[in-house]
Amino acid sequence: MTELSARGLSVDLGRRHALSGVDLTLRPGRLTVIVGPNGAGKTTLMRALAGLLAPAGGQVTLDGRPVTRIASAERARSIAYLPQGGSVAWPLPVFEVVALGRLPHGEKPDSLPPPGREAVSAAIHAVGLEGFGARAATDLSGGERARVLLARALATQAPVLLADEPVAALDPRHQLVVLEVLRRQARAGRTVAAIMHDLTLAARFADEMILLNRGRIAVSGRPETVLTEAELAAHFGIQAHVSQDGGRLVVVADRPLPEPGQDAV
Amino acid sequence: MRPSRLPLILGLVLLIGGLSVASLVIGPAPIAPLRALTALASDQGSATVVVRDIRLPRTLLALMIGWIFGLTGAGLQGLLRNPLADTAVFGAPQAAAFGAVLVIYSGFVGALSWMLPFAAILGALASVALVVTVAGRRATVVVLVLSGLAVGSLAGAGTSLAISLSPNPFAVTEIVFWILGSFEDRSIVHVWLVAPFIGAASALVLSSSNGLRALALGEETARSLGANLVRLRLLLVAGAAIGTGASVAVAGSIGFVGLVAPHLVRPFAGYDPARTLVPSGLAGAALLLAADCAVRLIPSQTEVKVGVLTAILGVPFFLWVIARRKAELAEMPI
Repeated sequence: MTELSARGLSVDLGRRHALSGVDLTLRPGRLTVIVGPNGAGKTTLMRALAGLLAPAGGQVTLDGRPVTRIASAERARSIAYLPQGGSVAWPLPVFEVVALGRLPHGEKPDSLPPPGREAVSAAIHAVGLEGFGARAATDLSGGERARVLLARALATQAPVLLADEPVAALDPRHQLVVLEVLRRQARAGRTVAAIMHDLTLAARFADEMILLNRGRIAVSGRPETVLTEAELAAHFGIQAHVSQDGGRLVVVADRPLPEPGQDAV
Repeated sequence: MRPSRLPLILGLVLLIGGLSVASLVIGPAPIAPLRALTALASDQGSATVVVRDIRLPRTLLALMIGWIFGLTGAGLQGLLRNPLADTAVFGAPQAAAFGAVLVIYSGFVGALSWMLPFAAILGALASVALVVTVAGRRATVVVLVLSGLAVGSLAGAGTSLAISLSPNPFAVTEIVFWILGSFEDRSIVHVWLVAPFIGAASALVLSSSNGLRALALGEETARSLGANLVRLRLLLVAGAAIGTGASVAVAGSIGFVGLVAPHLVRPFAGYDPARTLVPSGLAGAALLLAADCAVRLIPSQTEVKVGVLTAILGVPFFLWVIARRKAELAEMPI
């Protein structure tokens, strides 16, 4: 049971303040979805949470310990991070790519001990890629490759899983498959956070949502608290229609609102 | 599910053994294989002089230098996630040769012979660091190759300037040797001179294997898996510079072995960058030994320089890799 928190977190990218005063807590057993317009600082937040960016102010803590002070191998065993649009440089077999998730445990893909081998097989099974183990990852479709990379993150069996746009390249069916995997990970007691753009899908799977805009948390809480027409207008600049369909939140973006100082379109 | 590397490594070791015997046998004075091996172990008169003093040093040098070129080529290709990376593409042999030429030209080499490898290593280090800095961490292959071309051309221009300004024709002959690359007239002293550097460079490159594995998934994922990328770059750039610099200091500018060797072993060893390191080193040793035997068999008035042969064979291979993979290379970041 591992809790990942940020307190007063600020991150500068060059001269730009990418994040300012972010406070949040990602709890075990919960799937938190981070949403926000382009350039809001979502990826920066996730990289800082993963301990890959040094904060300019404040700190990120893993069960109370600052992540930047945790040794890189231990941090890698505790936080699995799936970056946006990941790639595989060489035509490695799927099994070997997923097995790279065991490196933080000191296990090499060519000499996995039985528990490591089981973790890799379970991760491949979880994303529905059984039978793909020997295929070259570079020969797969974009959707299949995205699931291979998710399996790589799962194979680490880290208590925290951070995924940056894990369903961006996927068709609707595989979006559901991946989000169900993330939800199952959360139900198994892991701390899971994902960045998403499809607000209806996000509302359906999120236990909690964080709406980020201009490097700050605009609003957070249950999806119905975050995804209101007023918040969507204020932070996404859209006129949207939010409704309930059989107890599910549906967000339909109607039209872009004029930017301040611009005539209506 | 992974094929074992053992048959490949054993096969390469046997090939190297065979080529080493060939290297002791081939030359202007033909010596039968059995006699050559006997001459190594016991005094057989002139045969022992030829085998021990002339052919053994060039065999050992070709073996060690081919090994380090193959190893660093595989390491750099893994580091840059790019099948075209090699010290030769970075202009490192030319820069190392320029470092060596500066020492010869300035006359220091007479008094301070140990300066030659250090000057060559500094030249190689400067070129690799310059290319990596100018090309940047996310440069495309085009930027990488153009940066290497510029650095190599600059080093070549510096060497040409040294030749044109040289008042001493003997220095010019020496300088030309460093440009062309050869194992001719090398002695056991050269073997001892280069061995510690090749040992150090091998240790640096081999210790990077886990980082190279993680890097197959990109820098961000590699860092999240616990890889220290600053350390990884330092290990490989230092290993490549020390290996190339020391090799050029004793044998001149020999290129393209490091580019070709990893491609030869991948169909058997797989694409995991860590698993290609040792087989690439062995393939590099076999390639350079074979090239050095070949130059002795080409009928000509004077021996064809081995650096010329590796370039004649390596450049078309480089073009072939580009032609085969041009679609993916056009977009590939490093």
